[in-house]
Amino acid sequence: MKITDKKIDEIANLARLEFNANEKIKIKTDLEKIVDFFDKLSEVNTDGVEPLIYMIDCQNNLREDEIKNEISKEEALKNAPDKDSDYFKVPKFIKK
Amino acid sequence: MNYPKGFNNFSQKVKSGEISCCALAEFYLSNIEKNKHLNAFLEVYADEAIQQAKKLDKKIENCEKTGRLAGMFVGLKDNICYKNHHVSASSKILEGFESLYSATVVERLLAEDAIIIGRLNCDEFAMGASNENSAYGAVLNYFDNTKVSGGSSGGAAVAVQANLCTASLGSDTGGSVRQPAAFTGNFGIKPTYGRISRYGLLSYASSFDQIGPITSTIEDMALLLEIISGNDEFDATCTQKPVEKYSEINKIDRKLKIAYLDNYINSNGVQPEVKEKTYQIIENLKNKGHKVEAANFELLDYLVPCYYVLTTAEASSNLSRYSGLLYGYRSKNSIDLESTFKKSRSEGFGDEVKRRIMSGTFVLSSDYYDAYYSKAQKVRRVIQNRTKELFADYDYILNPTTPTTAFEIGGKTNDPIAMYLADIFTVQAPLAGNPALSIPCGVDNNGMPIGIQVMTDLFNEKHLINFAKYLCEEIIK
Repeated sequence: MKITDKKIDEIANLARLEFNANEKIKIKTDLEKIVDFFDKLSEVNTDGVEPLIYMIDCQNNLREDEIKNEISKEEALKNAPDKDSDYFKVPKFIKK
Repeated sequence: MNYPKGFNNFSQKVKSGEISCCALAEFYLSNIEKNKHLNAFLEVYADEAIQQAKKLDKKIENCEKTGRLAGMFVGLKDNICYKNHHVSASSKILEGFESLYSATVVERLLAEDAIIIGRLNCDEFAMGASNENSAYGAVLNYFDNTKVSGGSSGGAAVAVQANLCTASLGSDTGGSVRQPAAFTGNFGIKPTYGRISRYGLLSYASSFDQIGPITSTIEDMALLLEIISGNDEFDATCTQKPVEKYSEINKIDRKLKIAYLDNYINSNGVQPEVKEKTYQIIENLKNKGHKVEAANFELLDYLVPCYYVLTTAEASSNLSRYSGLLYGYRSKNSIDLESTFKKSRSEGFGDEVKRRIMSGTFVLSSDYYDAYYSKAQKVRRVIQNRTKELFADYDYILNPTTPTTAFEIGGKTNDPIAMYLADIFTVQAPLAGNPALSIPCGVDNNGMPIGIQVMTDLFNEKHLINFAKYLCEEIIK
């Protein structure tokens, strides 16, 4: 399948990724190959077949509705790239 | 002092005090040091391992009760969480991240007195078949350093191969335990989907992922599988079915019905020695009076495409959590929310991960959802139904684990499709949910290990282990 630059930009935006000019050529070529490979599936007759979504016969796996505090605030903040004592900090995104 | 491979070969001597845990710790740590060039470990918990070994030795000296894994040193693939230890999925995006809790499988190992000796290199987010996609470099095959370890659990396989730890835990999505196990002469299992809790396993493709041990003996495999399997309140997809006593391995006392998939074995690119070894095992089984027949799996060509549509879709969704906000890498070039997401992810993820996120986003996008994603889910059911039909007729399906033995480092890195096809024999089991075990069955002309794969019916691990032991003792020569 031919994939346009515009399509690559759209998909990259949905995936929250960005590619420079050289990377874009590479990812476009790779994706075209990969999608051609995926096209093989159209040969399989799936008329009347339901999509397979769940891999186990799901019984309800119920448990008591108890309140448990498993992670403290300090722990939750431990791996944050930027924080103060109470909050995660992110770059400013509301403009004056 | 040298200690043999296989926990079953020395565990009694640990219990009796003849071998001390401290001596074992020293042995493994010095092996790790000597084999640093293999790049199997990303981090070694040397001091902790020694401390825990001392504690265990004290317990044994005082005749206190110890767990079933006392004296076993286990390495963890770097996508399995261990409380207050780093876990990075071999990705720069999680560099420095420390887990707040332990995976259920790790809790169960610790409860039986296993010692966790370190975390093991893998393909980034378990995406790869050669361990070359790790942000920390490839893992070298111990038997030939110019060859790959296999992947994605490459470090986990080589650590056991080179006797750097007793056993390891990997994760298998499309073959990531079985393929590296085959490339390194080890046992590796992908259990039935839902047999083992995935709590604390960094998600790649949630409807495929299963944790599985890599071991040097079938006895170790049975024991570890028994200990880490079973219901877990933290994973709703983990079954409540009771766990059988895998470690009490029974003799095979009846004639079995076994199929081999002729079009697998004779497909393009299967190495002659791999083919030969497989047919030899088939012959030996026939000579013992088992009914071994060729069956045809006409869906072979659709397995890998179906697998990659679904796993890349699930990966694109699972990996959306790495946003640069709450944990993990944040780009210095983040100036607002959108650039925080885009720059952190683009700088933090490696090429293969980005390729799969793009591919998954593509198949899930509204224009292509029906043609690819939904279609692949239907094909997956067709594959599962056909697999079920086979197990209505046969106890086991036998195939090579991989088309070739370990290939050259750098040999497939330029062609993603060639690398994807390295999974061709291993993806049927996770597509259908079935368990499959790779068993070492010999070497090729260059001395590189060959694996034979046995697949069986859902939740039939007990018989799978029994059969594997029988194969090892009476069939594989």
